Amino acid sequence: MTKDYIALGYGDLAIAATLVLLDAAASLVLHLGIHRGFLISALRMVVQLSLMGLVLATLFALSSPLWTGLAALAMIAFAGREIASRQERPLAGLWSYGLGTGCMLVATTLVTVFALTTALRPHPWYDPRYAIPLLGMILSNTMTGIGLGLNTLSSGLVNRRGAVEARLMLGHPRRAALSPVIRQALRSALMPIVNTMSAAGIVALPGMMTGQILGGVPPGEAVKYQILILFLIAGGTGIGAVAAVLGGAYRLTDARHRLRLDRLAAR
Amino acid sequence: MTPKAGALLEVDGLHRSGLQPASFSLAAGECIAVHGHSGSGKTLLLRALADLDPNRGVVRLEGRDRATIPAPTWRQRVGYLPAEPGWWADTIGEHFIDWESAAVVAAQLGLPHEARGWPLTRPSTGERLRLALVRALAESPQVLMLDEPTAALDAGSVAAVEALLRQRVADGLAVLWVSHDPAQAARVGHRHLLVEAGRVREAGRDREAGWDREAEPQ
Repeated sequence: MTKDYIALGYGDLAIAATLVLLDAAASLVLHLGIHRGFLISALRMVVQLSLMGLVLATLFALSSPLWTGLAALAMIAFAGREIASRQERPLAGLWSYGLGTGCMLVATTLVTVFALTTALRPHPWYDPRYAIPLLGMILSNTMTGIGLGLNTLSSGLVNRRGAVEARLMLGHPRRAALSPVIRQALRSALMPIVNTMSAAGIVALPGMMTGQILGGVPPGEAVKYQILILFLIAGGTGIGAVAAVLGGAYRLTDARHRLRLDRLAAR
Repeated sequence: MTPKAGALLEVDGLHRSGLQPASFSLAAGECIAVHGHSGSGKTLLLRALADLDPNRGVVRLEGRDRATIPAPTWRQRVGYLPAEPGWWADTIGEHFIDWESAAVVAAQLGLPHEARGWPLTRPSTGERLRLALVRALAESPQVLMLDEPTAALDAGSVAAVEALLRQRVADGLAVLWVSHDPAQAARVGHRHLLVEAGRVREAGRDREAGWDREAEPQ
């Protein structure tokens, strides 16, 4: 394969890094107090991405289903922690981590395997060079969707408790009583991907497509990849958000059609 | 255990956090006034009876164990009007399945037929309380639990609410009526329950509620 892209040297990166120093200097001069944060986060970014590069290089070299699967599980586990930590009103106990992570595991695995076995079909199908980046992109968007959905659900039930219980008191089943809040939670979970798709190509040049073009892929091909990825993200977010929000609604009610806000973590 | 003669609702050892085991029974066409200070557990008792919070003990309606009745059916038969009723839609009418028949009852409480189209922000607190009572009665419950149903009402509306409920009780509705007003409790209650620090006990019994005495000329 011919190298159709400009390889970067460490010197090139050092030159670009002066821009971060410029930001830090601005913070010092203007008393913003974020220069430390700036430098530390830039350093973290360099270390984390370098490690990621090493991990990916190793995974690609191994091309083992076991190690690829373990890496995928680790990514999902970290994303699950991210969902749990972003909840204003998390579920109590293991449910907080378990529900978001479980739904993400199912949704991203389904969609990634679907893409690997239909559209992309690499050999072998679990080839980490395709599986891991694909999973990463689906995962980060599904994570946002599930996080938003669960957050809107729990805060919606807390804020509209009177309205929900009014219907329960009149003998409406829990599904009907919760339906406005469930709908709102699903809408807010799916809104980001709808916005991303409508803005794609006009307001934003998606990062993956830009990266492929910089890497020497013809724009027409890069666009096709981007369209595929956005469809996959839409699918993953939809499956994950519906499962998580319905699961959350199930957990926050019981078989006697009661609203169980006591199953949210105490504040 | 067979139901006591005449007992519509039987409560046997009902308890939950904040409420000691409570036992009493309520007959069709009977009104029990529930007394007690704020925070004594009156609302906890009503919520437990409506099965809105986890609770233990046995509750029967017409001799049938509540556990064998689906919760939505239970709540249609044992209605509950909380002190601050909730609303879920944008207009009043959307909260009623059949406004035409509800409007007849609403008129008895001085509410106009056009209330159907009112946005939720339009009615006053007192009007909303009366509309919620109409909504609760529209489900045709056998038992109705009322938490301060006249708290925000003027004297005329209080009289209208009491008159409407007197008629329903005469028709066989069983009522648990929480009231902070001793005069009202004496007027409406055939019997009296006292709730103190989570304990429920029966507090004396009138042979007839005041409104029965008024209703029957000497």
